[in-house]
Order: sequence, then C-alpha cells, then structure tokens
Amino acid sequence: MQYLISVIDDGTGPATPKEDAAIDVFNERLQAEGHWVFAGGLASPDTATVIDNRSGEALFTDGPFLESKEYLAGCWIIEALDLDVALKLAAEGSEACNRKIEVRPFLST
Amino acid sequence: MSDVREAISRAHHEEWARAVAALTRRFGDLDIAEEAAAEAFATAVERWPADGVPPNPGGWLTTTATRKAIDRIRRESRRNDKQKEAQMVYDDGPSEPLGAIDDDRLRLIFTCCHPALALQTRVALTLRMLGGLTVPEIARAFLVAERAMEQRITRAKAKIKAARIPYRIPSADDLPARVSGVLAVLFLVFNEGYLATGPGTDPVRHDLTAEAIRLTRLIRALLPQDGEVAGLLALMLLIEARRPARVSADGELVNLNEQDRGAWDTELIAEGHRLVRERLAAAAAGAAPGRYQILAAINAVHTSARDMRDTDWSQVLALYDRLVRLDPSPIIALNRAIAVAELDGPEVALAIVDRLAEALAGYHAYHATRADLLRRLGQSQQSRAAYDRAIELAGNTAETAYLTRRRDQLR
Repeated sequence: MQYLISVIDDGTGPATPKEDAAIDVFNERLQAEGHWVFAGGLASPDTATVIDNRSGEALFTDGPFLESKEYLAGCWIIEALDLDVALKLAAEGSEACNRKIEVRPFLST
Repeated sequence: MSDVREAISRAHHEEWARAVAALTRRFGDLDIAEEAAAEAFATAVERWPADGVPPNPGGWLTTTATRKAIDRIRRESRRNDKQKEAQMVYDDGPSEPLGAIDDDRLRLIFTCCHPALALQTRVALTLRMLGGLTVPEIARAFLVAERAMEQRITRAKAKIKAARIPYRIPSADDLPARVSGVLAVLFLVFNEGYLATGPGTDPVRHDLTAEAIRLTRLIRALLPQDGEVAGLLALMLLIEARRPARVSADGELVNLNEQDRGAWDTELIAEGHRLVRERLAAAAAGAAPGRYQILAAINAVHTSARDMRDTDWSQVLALYDRLVRLDPSPIIALNRAIAVAELDGPEVALAIVDRLAEALAGYHAYHATRADLLRRLGQSQQSRAAYDRAIELAGNTAETAYLTRRRDQLR
C-alpha cells in the first residue's frame, strides 16, 4: 500500500540546515526499513506554471493553480502495511521537516 | 408470532456485533460485513415466522450473512477482479497472542474508534457496527439529519477501506492513546443504552449498556493500571446498578429521588465502590483523577446514600467543581446545577441553568431540569412551557411518559 505524504508550508520558506539534516536521517530510516519509494522538495509556488490542453491548444498560465496561504512544499511517497504504520511514519516526518503534513492513500490497483 | 419477533429482536441485540466482527475479519471489509449482516437479519424477519426460529439463531445468522457476503463479492468480482483480490487478501491473519482478551469485537471497536476518523464518526460507526443501531436511530441520538448521518457512515467506511485503517488491536506503545478515544465512544454507547432513543425501542436497552460494560471490562483486562478505564467501568456499574429501579411498572422513567433503592443491584454497587476506592487510593498517592473517575466518585456518593436527603450533596458539589475545572462543558454545568439546587435551593440553580440557554437550547435535559426547578419555585406557567419543550425534544419513551405526567400535575 502506498501513501502520499504531502508537506504543507504556510510561508516559513525553505528548510533550515537543521531541518535538512533531520530530514536526511528520516529518509535513511525510510530506506533502511523498506518504506522508501520517493521523496523530494519543491521550489516555491511562484515558480509553477499551469497548463491546460483540454481543448487541443495548450494554454500556459504563470503561477500556481491555487493561490493560498498554505501550499505544497514537498512530498514523500512511502510503502506501508496500513494507515497505522503510515501515520506513525508521517508523525516522525512532520517532526523531522518541522512542517504540518497530510497523509493520503493512493488508489489501490 | 410475537415469540418470533422477540427471538429476532433478541438475536439482533445479541448477535449483530458478533456477526459484523466475524465477517469483517473474514472479508476485510466493513461495508460488506455490515450489508451482509443487515441482509441476514432481513432474511430472518422474512423466513423465521414461516420456518420457525432455528435452534442456533446466532450460527444461522452468521452462516446466512457469510453466504450473502460471498454472493456480493462474486457479483462484484465479475465487474472487477482485482478489487476482489484486494478484499480477499487483506486479512490480518491470526492476531498477536493476547490470551483470553482477544476478541473480534475488540478489533472492531479499535477500527471504529480510529483517531484518523472524526469523533462523531467514531461514535456513529461504533453504534452501527457494534450496537446494531439503525442510521435513523443514530441520527436521532445525535441531533443530526438522517441523510447527513448516512453520508458520514458511508464516507467513514470508504476511508477505512481506501486508506487501509487496520482491523486489529493496536501495538503496546499506541494503546494508551487509542484507549482514551475508545472510552469516550463506549461511554456514549452506554448512555444511549441507558436512555435509548426511538419510539420502537425499549426505554433502557440493557443490550447496549451490557455491551458497553463488557467491552470496558475487556479494555480493563488489557490495561489494568489505567485509572480512567477503571473510572469508566465503575461509573457504568454504578449507573447500571440502578437500572432495575429506573423504569416504573407502567413504563415511566423514575428519577433518582423517587427510585426504590432496595431494587438497586447491590453486587454491581459493591464492585463499583471497590473500583472507586482503588482510584481514591491512587489519587491519594498522587495520581490526578480524570473525568470518569470523578463521575464515578459522584455516583459512589449517590449509591452510598439511603435516600435523597441522606445524600452528601456538598461532596457531590465539590466533585462537580473539580469536574468543571477539567471539562468546562455546558452539560457538566447543567448537572452541577442540580446539586446546587439541593444545597442552595432552586432559585440559585435556576440562575445557573438559565445562563446555559444558548448552548443547550436543543437538549431535552436542559428543558426538563428547568421545568423541574420552575415547578419547585411555583412558576407553573413557565414550568409547563419548559416541560412542553422537553417532551418535544426527548427521544426516550419512558422519559416522555414521566415528563408528560409531571407537566399534567402542574396546577
């Protein structure tokens, strides 16, 4: 079972060196225990571009699709047996990156 | 015919949770379990009057429900093979050894009370899956529209499945936090049993109070050192002990001050008092009591008194004062006011109660308490209006009967 752990930022900006170090330790643990699928931090929402090609002609818009105080700052994708395991890892992830996070399951195939 | 109806109703009370729990374990899907159990009971309603009640109603229901579940999975597997596989594969296997305390219903309650679900949702799920209450009954118990309650339960089942909320007893480190969530839910289930809602149900549903007590005992066996578990168990026992005196022969709720105390269950009271003493000793040794322990102590005062006048009301009020500091909710304030009325008179109490008007406008006990205080103050007209409102809001048949008589006695 895979879960997306989204890191929610509300204007605190990029991670501090101390947070980065804690994230590294957490990532190593995810890898060592077989939970790791993927992780990455995102550049600020100002750098986003929205594309709409539903009409056959791609339209590019500068900026994020949703302007809000809270935005996605990065994510983990983890493999976990069930939500209890995912929540426990997410709680540690939140502590490591010092941000609020959201856990959401991928649709099972 | 009425025998059959009684057998069905008894089977529903006794076997519902067991059937849902066993099916959830087998199929790993709460929705399938609930629907199959409901279908099995519907089949019983159809067949038992003609075929007779089977010798082992519980076994018949679980077997029938299992067949219904397999039918549904087959139907769906034709549509989606992969989904079926996911459902069948997800079975926790044998639980970690827990000795005598392992119980499918206990797993079911930890799933229904999972912290990733909103509190109201946990209560609703527990009442549906363990209590076997219908959605309209639950909606009524919590003053929510039926459709909204239906959606809440459906959404919760979908989340449990999609996010894979596990069906098992939590690990030792998670247990204390998970237990306090379960206690809140069990107390609400107990309360629903002690003052049942709905015109078609017994005013006191012993099955629900007994189930709440049984599950609380299980949790106590699991966590014998937890003060709040002991407190909640004591509280339930001391309330349950008064059940034989709670409803009169003609189906009216009997207030504490009018109850035949000789009819109280002395064994339950003794057990409750033992638990309270155990917690008092712990408090003396420095363990700060939580809300259930304080509520249990209040009930220990009541169950130690020969009658209303013999009750140590200053002790009751002192305990309520502690409770208010811990839980400043308007319902606690309302109950505290009842003790104030006994010590300082109805006028002082009414002033306190009136301040709760906004918060408790939709709560029948608020209006019933006000009606009683106004009656004692000789304000018949206002008392009558308050009784009217309380009767309108009360969902319990015995309580409605009691309130109606009280109102009609007003001059």
